[in-house]
Amino acid sequence: MAKRIEAVGVTAYYGTFKAIEDITMTIEPRSVTALIGPSGCGKSTFLRSINRMHEVLPGARVEGRLTLDGNDIYERNVDVTAVRRNIGMVFQRPNPFPTMSIFDNVVAGLKLNGVRKKSLLDDAAEKALKSANLWDEVKNRLGKPGAGLSGGQQQRLCIARTIAVQPAVVLMDEPCSALDPISTGAIEDLIFELKNEYTIIIVTHNMQQAARVSDRTAFFSISQTGDPGRLIEHDVTSKIFTNPREKRTEDYITGRFG
Amino acid sequence: MNPPSLPGSTQSAEPPEREQSPWGPERRLPESTPAADAATTRAQEARVPVDLGRRKSLNGEKLFRWLTTGSGAAVLVIIVAIAVFLIAKAIPAIQGDKVNFLTEKTWQVPDRVFGVAALAFGTVYTAVIALIIAVPVALGIALCLSHYAHRTVATTLGFVIDLLAAVPSIVFGLWGREYLIDPVRDLSAWLHKYFGWIPIFGSDGPYGKSILLGSLVLAIMILPIITALSREVFQQTPKMNEEAALALGATKWEMIRTAVLPYGRPGLIAATILGLGRALGETIALAMTLGGTFVISWDVVEVGGNTIAANIANHFGEADDFGRGALIASGLVLFAITLVVNVTARVIIYRRREFRSAL
Ligand SMILES: Nc1ncnc2c1ncn2[C@@H]1O[C@H](COP(=O)(O)OP(=O)(O)O)[C@@H](O)[C@H]1O
Ligand SMILES: [Mg+2]
Repeated sequence: MAKRIEAVGVTAYYGTFKAIEDITMTIEPRSVTALIGPSGCGKSTFLRSINRMHEVLPGARVEGRLTLDGNDIYERNVDVTAVRRNIGMVFQRPNPFPTMSIFDNVVAGLKLNGVRKKSLLDDAAEKALKSANLWDEVKNRLGKPGAGLSGGQQQRLCIARTIAVQPAVVLMDEPCSALDPISTGAIEDLIFELKNEYTIIIVTHNMQQAARVSDRTAFFSISQTGDPGRLIEHDVTSKIFTNPREKRTEDYITGRFG
Repeated sequence: MNPPSLPGSTQSAEPPEREQSPWGPERRLPESTPAADAATTRAQEARVPVDLGRRKSLNGEKLFRWLTTGSGAAVLVIIVAIAVFLIAKAIPAIQGDKVNFLTEKTWQVPDRVFGVAALAFGTVYTAVIALIIAVPVALGIALCLSHYAHRTVATTLGFVIDLLAAVPSIVFGLWGREYLIDPVRDLSAWLHKYFGWIPIFGSDGPYGKSILLGSLVLAIMILPIITALSREVFQQTPKMNEEAALALGATKWEMIRTAVLPYGRPGLIAATILGLGRALGETIALAMTLGGTFVISWDVVEVGGNTIAANIANHFGEADDFGRGALIASGLVLFAITLVVNVTARVIIYRRREFRSAL
């Protein structure tokens, strides 16, 4: 299931503005990689170029090479929707479909893939909700609107929706930044469990979170406003946090911890 | 944006200052600085001669309240007055009617034989056919404007469609009966030739001023309002929901089906009902393009068709006092139909409230 991602010289633009430049890194399957760095250094941009969500914005484009287990996802004849099914995404703000019930939210992706059989959908929904540690909380109200859940539950619902289509990779863009500490803890536990099956990349502003959940950490930065973001250092998390190779990484990390 | 190399230059959960001054600056405010003392004294002094000011705005307040209450009451009085007037006019006509006003189809006021059955049927039927034509077209245009067309194209096209709404209905009526009638004749013949087995295209002529012609003109007239409203609703779809659908592997059309259409549904219903309301009340364009018969027929291509409003427009001028009463009575029936339609719409929208309020 889980797959390896390789980025080689990835550069992404918003129109003429170059947001990230020459990102080269390999992300191993069944691991959690944290992307950290100051605001505006292009973490989200890089994340969104991995599942080709970047190009959804008008004028946005990506250069370089990005492969999923060796298959170039930007190749001409590649089906974008297949890429996105294989590389799921959880957004910063919980975004369940407001008109759909909890159940319909979870199976939305499956329905898009043409799964219609009720029993299959039921099983998949239960499995996804259980994986997202949400089943016990919602099993008696699957028909209720997804938007009626708490923020943390909504975010886990979104995770369930993402993993219901059984992607190989799950991208998370600051999935806890809109949540309270308890919900954050629940999601962190979940990430820890999910890495057995998926390749996970998580953008986070929270150092402790990166340290807690990730195996490897990539530090992005920009030298000055208007410059593109670059990958400064990518290494095992404990190394990044205790003995970083780059001075800039150390400055950033110590800046947080005093 | 701050240079990233500066420690703590970005917004962070735990600012470094916290380490140096763990209690924050406000803790260190000494209670006995001269400035603080002075402030305290001032506050104590100020407490004695309390001057809360006089309620200067009292009169304005009163006036405003009377004004709003008055206008509210005036509206009610006017509505009641209109209702009383209309009902007073209608009662003698209905009493003088030799047949049941609600079930009689013909309109022979001099013979005291008249009723709204055919007219009411025609009103609803014509409006519904117009909706069936207009709604898919309007949705298509609205989606195109909101999600497919390039911005400049969308703006221009949107403007042109809004212009349609500014055309007076008599112009539509004239255009319909002078120009659209010929293509509609051909279309009717074609529909009859190939789809004649469907009862609504059953008639073999003559074609011309028919429900089809009236509904087409009506459809064009209600197109702008439905398009404008649906477009508005579609554009309001949260970007994050559209992205959620795309990230699940939806194509653009699937994304629209998953995120945009369900989100816009209550709005689309409202837009459709507004269009229906307009269609039901449309008068002059239909008076000019319908055949003006008094039969109940599902056939849309044969010459014929009539509506309550069109019938009023066609007969009010020549009617005597009694005849006007009869027409007013039919107008009350139209009012009742519109009311039922609007209440139904509200019920439909209300039923989805559970999901709407969760937004
Ligand atoms: N939709 C957009 N249009 C134009 N520029 C954008 C857009 N989104 C982000 N950017 C710019 O791209 C750079 C990287 O942004 P982003 O990837 O969101 O950074 P991060 O997630 O690390 O905070 C920033 O300079 C930001 O201003
Ligand atoms: Mg970001």
